[in-house]
Amino acid sequence: MYPSRFAYEAPTSIDEAIALLDAGGGEAKVLSGGQSLIPMLKLRFASPATIVDINNIPDLDYHRVDAEGNLHIGALCRHVDLEQSTTLADTHPTLAAAAELVADPIVRSRGTFVGSVCHADPQGDWAATMVAQGGYIVAQGPNGRRKIDIREFVLGPFVTALAYNEVAVEAVIPGAKGTPRGSYLKLERRVGDFATASVAVSLDMDGDVVRRAGCALAGVGGRTIDANDAISCLEGKTLTEDSIDQASDAVAAVAEPRTDHRGSDAYKRHIVQTFVKRILTNLARTEQKAA
Amino acid sequence: MTSLYDEVQTPTEGVPTRRITVVVNGEKRTVDVEPRLLLAHLLRQGLQLTGTHIGCDTTSCGACTVLFDGRPVKSCTMLAVQADGHEVETVEGMASASELHPVQEGFKQEHGLQCGYCTPGMMLTSKALLERNPNPTEDDVRWALSGNLCRCTGYQNIVKSVLWAAEKMRAEQGEDA
Ligand SMILES: Cc1cc2nc3c(=O)[nH]c(=O)nc-3n(C[C@H](O)[C@H](O)[C@H](O)COP(=O)(O)OP(=O)(O)OC[C@H]3O[C@@H](n4cnc5c(N)ncnc54)[C@H](O)[C@@H]3O)c2cc1C
Ligand code: FES
Ligand code: FES
Repeated sequence: MYPSRFAYEAPTSIDEAIALLDAGGGEAKVLSGGQSLIPMLKLRFASPATIVDINNIPDLDYHRVDAEGNLHIGALCRHVDLEQSTTLADTHPTLAAAAELVADPIVRSRGTFVGSVCHADPQGDWAATMVAQGGYIVAQGPNGRRKIDIREFVLGPFVTALAYNEVAVEAVIPGAKGTPRGSYLKLERRVGDFATASVAVSLDMDGDVVRRAGCALAGVGGRTIDANDAISCLEGKTLTEDSIDQASDAVAAVAEPRTDHRGSDAYKRHIVQTFVKRILTNLARTEQKAA
Repeated sequence: MTSLYDEVQTPTEGVPTRRITVVVNGEKRTVDVEPRLLLAHLLRQGLQLTGTHIGCDTTSCGACTVLFDGRPVKSCTMLAVQADGHEVETVEGMASASELHPVQEGFKQEHGLQCGYCTPGMMLTSKALLERNPNPTEDDVRWALSGNLCRCTGYQNIVKSVLWAAEKMRAEQGEDA
């Protein structure tokens, strides 16, 4: 299978990339990890006139935590960089748990965190982890940089708030105000499959009290499901059987699953409820052990 | 029959090509390519390195795996132009003139292959794993190979082959130390 013809550009700076996108007038596309875009080019679901390959722009492969505890993930930080990170589990456990569940190990060598969020697949794992924690995408265009809140970034399936002449240069995810706790659970039929259903939970703990609770779902709706309001019933409480049951029921209620080859809607909703409960119960156990 | 490679690579008026230099198995290769040429086809047809197999052509099976700057990638899902200035290792680069790579030896010793279609990809992914983690558990091996599909072996012997290679490489390291 072959992509249709395109002009190929390999800029070595962000400014140059933006100029090329701008000149392309909507017919140019950014290529980062290529693990969604190249398959689409080969299937001719996409046939841009120009490909702007950003892989030659230096110093975009970082992930680091700043003085305020915010995690910055550069546009060329690959899934595998996060999977092998030695610091991520301590500061952002939800992301660390998701890292090894995104696609398969070979795809993880190339695919990028930012590219995945830009792809805006309703089944994308990274967007769910970000919605659960909040944060923003830094977009750079001809008029400079702007921050786009993650909840306003993904507009629908495969549609984002980026303008045609903007590059997403980094993702910024806040750190916990208290002790960071969280996890990501995903049901997949086999390795490398997209989620049948998955759940991201992220908590800021103050001792054994939940200060902030965040949650988002993938695979159970036409977009990443924002379940932050649903799980907020945990805030100010400790993790008990009652509060956990209440939260898992509330989250399951906001899923919008549809019956397909991966399972029925009722089954997927049940998975969501089970996963929320499992994550919270495990976290409660860790808290007890720590106490 | 003209291959896809010929179709893409036949000089056509008005279709620009790019000159790229790729280090393939330690050797600098300079070629002119149309931007949409896939890395897998550059290797197989352009450079006649047919050890890299194409299975699914849809980024699912891992048969086309090569090492790109040391990391396993699916060569059916990279453009050849993207390899400009980078290092690519294919199965042809694994053995030295006189000796098989320990991973190759392991696949031989432990019967890690049947039809051999998945084998180049399996071995390259394994090589990358052992360079990063010389002492993997069985779980580590299964996890690392989970993107490489095999339709024949049932994986048991593949896992044994990699563990065999790990042991051999550790022993060799010990001798060197
Ligand atoms: C077999 C297989 C299984 C997979 N399984 C999963 C899975 O289980 N879960 C999951 O979440 N994903 C999965 N993926 C997708 C994978 O995670 C991709 O890496 C990801 O969706 C896209 O990231 P990328 O860097 O490869 O982006 P690309 O493919 O390069 O780009 C994707 C899109 O985003 C745009 N874009 C990329 N980067 C930028 C940027 N910096 N600025 C502006 N626009 C940009 C591109 O123009 C394109 O439209 C799978 C892919 C494959 C091939
Ligand atoms: S041929 Fe490339 S992944 Fe199957
Ligand atoms: S040996 Fe036949 S596919 Fe693996």
